[in-house]
Amino acid sequence: MRIDEVQRQRDAALAALDAVDDAAALEAWRTAALGRASAVAALLGQIKAVPADERPAFGAAVNAARQALEAAFEARRAALEARALGEALGSDRIDVTLPGTLPPRGGLHPVTRALRRICRIFADMGFQVYQSREVETDDLNFTLLNTPPHHPARDMQDTFYVTDDVVLRTHTSPGQIHAMREHAPEPLRIILPGVVYRNEKITARSEIQFTQIEGLAIGEGITMADLKGTVENFVRRLYGPDRAVRFRASYFPFTEPSAEVDVSCMLCGGRGCQICKGGGWLEIMGCGMVHPTVLANGGYDPDRFTGFAFGGGVERVALLRYGIDDIRHFWANDLRFLEQLR
Amino acid sequence: MRVVLSWLKEYVDLDGVAVETLVERWTQAGLEVEGVERIGDWWDRERLLVGAVTAVHPHPNADRLVLADVDYGAGAPHRVVTGAPNLLPLREAGALDRPLKVVFAREGVELFDGHAAGWHKVVLKGRPVRGVMSDAMVCSAKEIGLSDDHEGILILDDGAPVGRPLADVLGDVVVEVAITANMARAMNVVGLARETAAILDRPLRGVDPATGAPLGGAGAEGRGAPRAAGSTPPPAPAATAVVADDAGDLCAVAIEAPDLCPRYTARLVRDVRLGPSPEWLRRRLTLAGMRPIKNVVDVTNYAMLEWGEPLHAFDHDKLVARAGGGVPRIVVRRAAPGERMTTLDGVDRALDGDTLLIADAAGPVAIAGIMGGADTEVDDGTRHVLLEAAAFDFINVRRTSRMLKLTSESAARFGRGVHPALAETGAARAAALLSELAGGRAVGTVADAYPRPPAPVLVTLPLRDIRRTLGVEVPVDAVLGILERLAFDLTHHVDGATGAITAVEAVVPPHRMDVALPVDLIEEVARVYGYDRLPGTRMADPLPPQRDNPTWEVDEAVRDALVAAGLQEAISYRLVAPRAEARLVPGAGDADAGGTPEHVTLRNPISPERAALRRSILTGLLEATAGNLRFRDRVALFELGRVFHPRPGEALPDEPRRLGVVLTGAAEAAGWRTGGGRKLDFYDAKGAVERVLAALEVDAAWSPGRHASFHPGRTAEVRSGDAVLGHVGELHPLVRRQWGLGDDPVAAADLDLDALERAAGRVRPFRPFSVYPAMLRDLAVVVDEAVAAADVEAAIRRAGGALLADVVLFDVYRGAQVGAGKKSLAWSLTLQAPDKTLEGKVADGARARIVKALERELGAAAR
Ligand SMILES: [Zn+2]
Repeated sequence: MRIDEVQRQRDAALAALDAVDDAAALEAWRTAALGRASAVAALLGQIKAVPADERPAFGAAVNAARQALEAAFEARRAALEARALGEALGSDRIDVTLPGTLPPRGGLHPVTRALRRICRIFADMGFQVYQSREVETDDLNFTLLNTPPHHPARDMQDTFYVTDDVVLRTHTSPGQIHAMREHAPEPLRIILPGVVYRNEKITARSEIQFTQIEGLAIGEGITMADLKGTVENFVRRLYGPDRAVRFRASYFPFTEPSAEVDVSCMLCGGRGCQICKGGGWLEIMGCGMVHPTVLANGGYDPDRFTGFAFGGGVERVALLRYGIDDIRHFWANDLRFLEQLR
Repeated sequence: MRVVLSWLKEYVDLDGVAVETLVERWTQAGLEVEGVERIGDWWDRERLLVGAVTAVHPHPNADRLVLADVDYGAGAPHRVVTGAPNLLPLREAGALDRPLKVVFAREGVELFDGHAAGWHKVVLKGRPVRGVMSDAMVCSAKEIGLSDDHEGILILDDGAPVGRPLADVLGDVVVEVAITANMARAMNVVGLARETAAILDRPLRGVDPATGAPLGGAGAEGRGAPRAAGSTPPPAPAATAVVADDAGDLCAVAIEAPDLCPRYTARLVRDVRLGPSPEWLRRRLTLAGMRPIKNVVDVTNYAMLEWGEPLHAFDHDKLVARAGGGVPRIVVRRAAPGERMTTLDGVDRALDGDTLLIADAAGPVAIAGIMGGADTEVDDGTRHVLLEAAAFDFINVRRTSRMLKLTSESAARFGRGVHPALAETGAARAAALLSELAGGRAVGTVADAYPRPPAPVLVTLPLRDIRRTLGVEVPVDAVLGILERLAFDLTHHVDGATGAITAVEAVVPPHRMDVALPVDLIEEVARVYGYDRLPGTRMADPLPPQRDNPTWEVDEAVRDALVAAGLQEAISYRLVAPRAEARLVPGAGDADAGGTPEHVTLRNPISPERAALRRSILTGLLEATAGNLRFRDRVALFELGRVFHPRPGEALPDEPRRLGVVLTGAAEAAGWRTGGGRKLDFYDAKGAVERVLAALEVDAAWSPGRHASFHPGRTAEVRSGDAVLGHVGELHPLVRRQWGLGDDPVAAADLDLDALERAAGRVRPFRPFSVYPAMLRDLAVVVDEAVAAADVEAAIRRAGGALLADVVLFDVYRGAQVGAGKKSLAWSLTLQAPDKTLEGKVADGARARIVKALERELGAAAR
């Protein structure tokens, strides 16, 4: 009889739970069904009134009812939570196509980027960076590089003069003399990046200021074949492994033998286009074996030491890489240019 | 240089050599080909032929037209109607005794329109001309594209073969070759022929040593001329007398400046008749890029282009007149002070004491090697020509040419060096051509002053040096062959034991003024052997000692830090206008434009805008900022580079490395989530600089400072120890206005990279961190406005001691609650013990100690 009452109370509470549909109602139900004022609690309070022989069965029935209600509560709670989460996931959508949030972006100048690529390639071959001053004596810029005053080779370079004896360097080559005098008779393997100046008209193709990078290797066994191998390695890493490289005789006062280096045009594959003026080759640097007079001026005995040097323009690397049509962009610092190439 | 191949082929046998091969090998060997022009490659071989006008008759209906009968090798002559001014005078002539060779064009051929301006091709169609049918024509030079001459029809030389396609007779190839400074020897036909013969291993054709003329004769084909042993006769034994007047009563020459003129020769050619040159010579000069004028001048130019010896023709009668009817006495001397002369171009020129003159008793007649004088110029009345062939010091010629701003074909050649031995051949060639083409007679002997013939140059080349330099073994036979083909006279040094050749001693031929050292010979071997035959190797030489390069590394770290902070790198012209730099100082915006003693100023700037090297790294950045603000609302730039400060008493300026930063405009890029509208200011520049300092591991201190361009109340000096690293601030409002930078603050930094490099690398050792919970306490203190936040923080850190793990300023308040002249600084303190959980009362105690210290040291009041 009393056990019937327990089951009846249990069934009534479970029926009420069926109607519970949100967290607040669920909490209210729990208080009503399992709290201190609940029917289950009341039944437990009656246990002393139950005859002793029926107590174990009655106690077990009440406990079973309570456990059933607690389990039902947990199940209901889990179901309500799952339903709430499902609704939230459905309604918390965002527009994933809106632009991302970014901190302001900085960037390197394209010449710096090109220089870094070049320096990295030469660093792998053991060349270290050497820099020197930009305003030079005529002696260092020309005479010590085997180009005395009135030498015809001076026609090759239009020079800015500060005084009769002081010039804005027309190439990074004075650094060769500085480096040699600093380190002779140690072997030398350096690259010399820097800003140089030429007194020319500023046009789409010529500038008064540009960036040059030169290389210099001196030792007791440096040969022109080494020069060729070094330059070929560099050119193929910079412009691609399939590029053909051509060396042809040329003239610079500070090297002998001297060569111009051409690379097969990367824009037309060597078939000929506007950029390579139809020839299929692009002139990218000058090079040669360091002239004995220059070696001696740098403090190396030309009977013992040989060396090679090479040099070219850095802007040209960027021009070819990005198809830039006007060299005047480089120092204009127009963000519409710089931001495209960073 | 424009190389006319038909001309070149008179001196070197190029039979069977394709133009492409020539171009390729020249380019490889240092004669860079810049273009190839094919003359007449479009001429119709069937319809454009050599013709002979055998008769001329009047046109029945027109006075200004004639009928010409043209034999073009097809049997009966063909009659054409023409208005050519040079046939008109023959209208009554009938049959010609001496037929005129012409260019004959048949119907259907394509030609340039001779009457139209510019170059338009038209197809020739038969049509009646004033009642007479004409279905062919005789052509002007313009109609076949040879020149813009349409004054009359082109008259060919008498030897032109009738009926041959014009392409075979006048067709030619002109190759544009860039001549480098060491290749002066190839700046003439004969010199280039020698080079070509050596490079391609082809035979040279013989030259008549008396006249310098090619033995094969001009334009002849298919002759198998024997290879000449050498092309230039060895220099004749020289007259050592300063005055050589063995030309008798014709002229005398003397050299008073033998340091500048190693040789001067003159020879007389009598009874020349001035007139136009023959067609072949005019055509060659034109193709070579010179304008034909009249025969005497053309011949001197032709001989110069051919042999490289610049010649000058004087009117001998004028020289005699200047000598008062006596023997002209020519003197080579330096100009006297204040001396002047009028050159051929009609310009009166002031000379200086290093100007070398050709003069007679009446004064200068030429500027040596550069240009003749107007007074003794050859003109239509000239009867006798005195031909000058000489050699001058190339440095002096270059100097004078530059001083007078006067260039000429002659100066271009003498300015690169002409060997004195060449004078004889050059003059002989011109004299022979004057006899042949202008009816002249070379008379007397050559007046020749040759006081100091240069000794032959000997160079010894140890063969092992070839391998040492090139890195490859060039076979001995190849070495010897190359040098012999280049006309070096070789003596072999032979190892007594092995019989192997160990070295060669080379006598340098006179035309090789560029060869003096063994390495010059190695270069000859390498370029003719072919750079393409050298292998590419990796250096076997030991790696040099490797060193750090802190300068480079600091620059790179600075760049990376600033790029990460959202700044864009700029690179500016280092050349600026001094007046632009004056705008960096408030109120100096209208300073004068001239160079200042503070600037490294150029003597030869391209424009006033680029007249001096920058003193400040901010110049280019502010210019760039102004430019970009026209289309951007945020500019954040930095630049690294040298600035230039003259040093009193020193030739070279100081070149410190600087870092500049400029920030202005919107703090955030415009976007759908932004919109606070905050503007970049001092603290953004400071933050960027703090990133740099952190990247370089610099311990820096900030304090109020002064900078000429910055707002006096918004400038910080950055120091590390005693060293000033630079300044960060906002531009002075007047400076901002002077640069047209708008109304927003412009924050900037001007830092010393050399000082940063010295301060860099202060590594802070790792400090173990506590694993015990931290206690957080807030602290707001009111201080006088003048008290620096950095001083408050330093006091907090001192008082907090070891327990104070961190302190962050999270609010700055000014207003009624704290009173005028005061500010409230709110700090968040993190307190933590290394070895245990801190109790609340210990943290409170620490906070109280800090408050006390602030009250005591800074007069602060806790809020
Ligand atoms: Zn191309």
